[in-house]
Amino acid sequence: MAVRIALPKGKLLNDTAAFLEKAGWQLNDYSQSMRNYRLKSARFPDLLIKVLQEKDIPIQVAIGNYDLGICGLEWIKELTSKYAAAAPVRIRNLGYGKGALYAAASSAAEIPSLESLAQSPEIVRIVSEYPNIAESFALNLRLRRFGVYPVWGAAEAYPPENATLALVAGGVDEKTFNNGLKPVKKVLNFSAYLIANRTSWQQKDLSEVMATLENVQLEEKETPPAQPPAAIHFIPQVTDKYTVRLALPDGHQQKHTVQLLNKAGIQVGDYPSPAGNRRPTTNLEGVVIKVIRPQDMPLQVANDSFDLAITGIDWVTDHLDAFPSSPVQPLVNLKLGWVKIVAVVGNDVPANNIYDYQQFCNKNAASIRVASEYVNIADKYARDNRLGMYRVLPTWGATEAFIPEDADLLIENTETGSTIARHNLKIIDTLFESTAHLIGAKSKDYSGVKKARIDNIVKLLSKAAAGT
Amino acid sequence: MRVQKCKGTCDLATAQMRRFRLIEDCFRDSCVKWGYQEVRTPTIEYLHLFTSTGTLTPGTLGKVYSFLDWDGWSGERVVLRPEGTIPAVRLYIDELADKSLARLFYVINTFIFEETGKENREKWQCGVELIGADSISADVELITLSLEVLKKLGMENVELKLSHAGLIRALLTGFGLSPEEQGKVFDRILDGDVAVLTRLKEETPELARLLTPVLDMKGETPGFLRNLKTMFSSSLPEFIPALDNFIGLVDMLTAMGIKYQIDIASGRGFEYYTGMIFQIYSGDAKLGGGGRYDALIPLMGGQDTPASGFALQMNTLMNEIELPQFSEKQANKILINMKQDRADQVKSAHRIAENLRAAGFIVSTQVDNENRDEFKWILDVNDKTQEVIVFDQAGERKQTVQTIGELLKLLGGKSGS
Repeated sequence: MAVRIALPKGKLLNDTAAFLEKAGWQLNDYSQSMRNYRLKSARFPDLLIKVLQEKDIPIQVAIGNYDLGICGLEWIKELTSKYAAAAPVRIRNLGYGKGALYAAASSAAEIPSLESLAQSPEIVRIVSEYPNIAESFALNLRLRRFGVYPVWGAAEAYPPENATLALVAGGVDEKTFNNGLKPVKKVLNFSAYLIANRTSWQQKDLSEVMATLENVQLEEKETPPAQPPAAIHFIPQVTDKYTVRLALPDGHQQKHTVQLLNKAGIQVGDYPSPAGNRRPTTNLEGVVIKVIRPQDMPLQVANDSFDLAITGIDWVTDHLDAFPSSPVQPLVNLKLGWVKIVAVVGNDVPANNIYDYQQFCNKNAASIRVASEYVNIADKYARDNRLGMYRVLPTWGATEAFIPEDADLLIENTETGSTIARHNLKIIDTLFESTAHLIGAKSKDYSGVKKARIDNIVKLLSKAAAGT
Repeated sequence: MRVQKCKGTCDLATAQMRRFRLIEDCFRDSCVKWGYQEVRTPTIEYLHLFTSTGTLTPGTLGKVYSFLDWDGWSGERVVLRPEGTIPAVRLYIDELADKSLARLFYVINTFIFEETGKENREKWQCGVELIGADSISADVELITLSLEVLKKLGMENVELKLSHAGLIRALLTGFGLSPEEQGKVFDRILDGDVAVLTRLKEETPELARLLTPVLDMKGETPGFLRNLKTMFSSSLPEFIPALDNFIGLVDMLTAMGIKYQIDIASGRGFEYYTGMIFQIYSGDAKLGGGGRYDALIPLMGGQDTPASGFALQMNTLMNEIELPQFSEKQANKILINMKQDRADQVKSAHRIAENLRAAGFIVSTQVDNENRDEFKWILDVNDKTQEVIVFDQAGERKQTVQTIGELLKLLGGKSGS
């Protein structure tokens, strides 16, 4: 059986491409602009090579979809700190992609000592893209009471207002972070690793592929320049019971959001921020704004970190499927960022709707692998449609590359369906359509002033959205 | 498609359930007769119930089954309870704190992840907590109660091993470790790595001279502890209060004729214990154990209340005990034949069955697919004459009786009771 290897997208891509080039693999199109996630090596024509999100790679190698993988140690630890038995074999530290994970707190408030946190009877909130490492950190610190907010990104935006600590990645010797964070403790040094599936390592001959990587070393790079000082000197938000806390999205939704806000007469300064400032200013009196990932907004509104937020109904649904009694509710349909959420299978599957697919699964009595960024929507969908023995594989994007090797069914969002068609896949069901909404929390007993401010934002955005 | 049971779980089929119930019945019977009252805590608890005391090690907490509940958007997790004492203490603080003394017992399942999946991840235990008493006689009560239950189960040749958490803590202080190092070593001992003490000993030869008799030797009389006390009275005075307490306990056990082995290094898994620790073995099988945990209740926000307890491991015990034979009445199972579509026959059959059950027989009324080999007697009921014809297992007609009294006499006579 051919050897299968998973290579990373994202921050490790350039170095990994250079590393494999030096090893003589002669890959056909491993670059930031690649259009196909399945690669070919002129040196190893039989090698099955797929490009995945870096954080998916340890999981995919651990479950045996790939024999080998390249990814950062931090993502291996994120898997093994919760699931020690799943540990892949760490074959070699590749020496590039160096960095470290830090527990960091806001420099705006007094930085707490770890001892004082451990003794605190209050809940210590830790926000991180690495929730398993964060939990393990909290347990090892013997925190009496803690809550971990798993986030898709922008962890540095949360302390001090919405979390005590953020577990964030930085350089090997980072002294300060963007948005005024300072490290309290270094949790882990990391770099890129070559890893192997445990069973493949014991039973399969991987030596020919590995031999080419044996003595390859990339030259050490200089440390990247420090953070822009303008973004470090931030002013923490001062709020009182009348202040409205609004969350705006980062990433590609910013452009449309700015247009809508302008139309509504709401001015937001330094948004999008070239320096990475996550606390933009506004002309609205009594309103403070933070910029976070839209995926994380429903959870943060549920936890009363924000009163209002702008995010897609897809993420609200995913949140409510996990927490049905959450107070989060959509307030205004902003009619932006329209996508439909669809169920997708390979073109060769003899099913054109979910009923056919259910029959097909039952007939084959096979375990169905459902891959999705929307873990809770996917779980509920498989459950409601009685897909039998299924398991949900969480992914962080590029999901269309998963079929057929790594998944059988995808729950994806799409605008035109062209990416799906290009990957030889087909849509068998549309779950719902999603657009950006202004969201808030139910049953909130806001004071008169605050209520008036919230109502004003709802009115301004409703009016602007009506004209779109 | 055949669906397997979850890895690391076990079914209790009929034979195992008989063993389970026997253990539970013996345990309940003893506890009730000793004045203990039964409680039951929920399977799901907040994770912070177990983290807030700081008594469970990160190693243990890293193996609990924790998850976000359907309303867990705050990120605080809930767990399937990993052990019984901390929830029982929470219950005491919530419900019974006005009682100066509480004798509690429970039969519960606990959940801890085990990597290979070959051991059970769900385990059952019979637990006892004696809250509000700090005397040595309270410790002795728990040890004798646990031994009584095991004796009832036919396990008389068990081995009682004694240690003392106060002594182990004093030892660590004696090594001169920083508080952080002490904490790490303590966590490792709690996670079962007792050898860490031996390694430390190698690094500090002067302490090694003092500690060798403590860690490497085992005693079977109070004299062993008195010898240690003589040795340590000047060099490690912090040892002495714990030693005195330990000597008091073994003096009393000796006076009661209870055999024991003092094995200080056996004190693994004593996460919240502060005083005596006992463990009971049958060969290599650990049947149970317990100890004193005077600091736990105040740590959990309750009053400063001393307490101690023990648990018997039902999964291990089920493999160790011999099942008694069924009593003769239980062995003489009876099946009552009837035409299932005839209401009058069904009614008569149920009336007779009720009378026989009241007399202690196991009686089934016929449904589909009966395995007749399981029954010693098979009865045919004539609903018109009310006669009952009695057949034996081989189908041979034995006798016809007219009344329940005659029937009981016949079956009772045959069974010899």
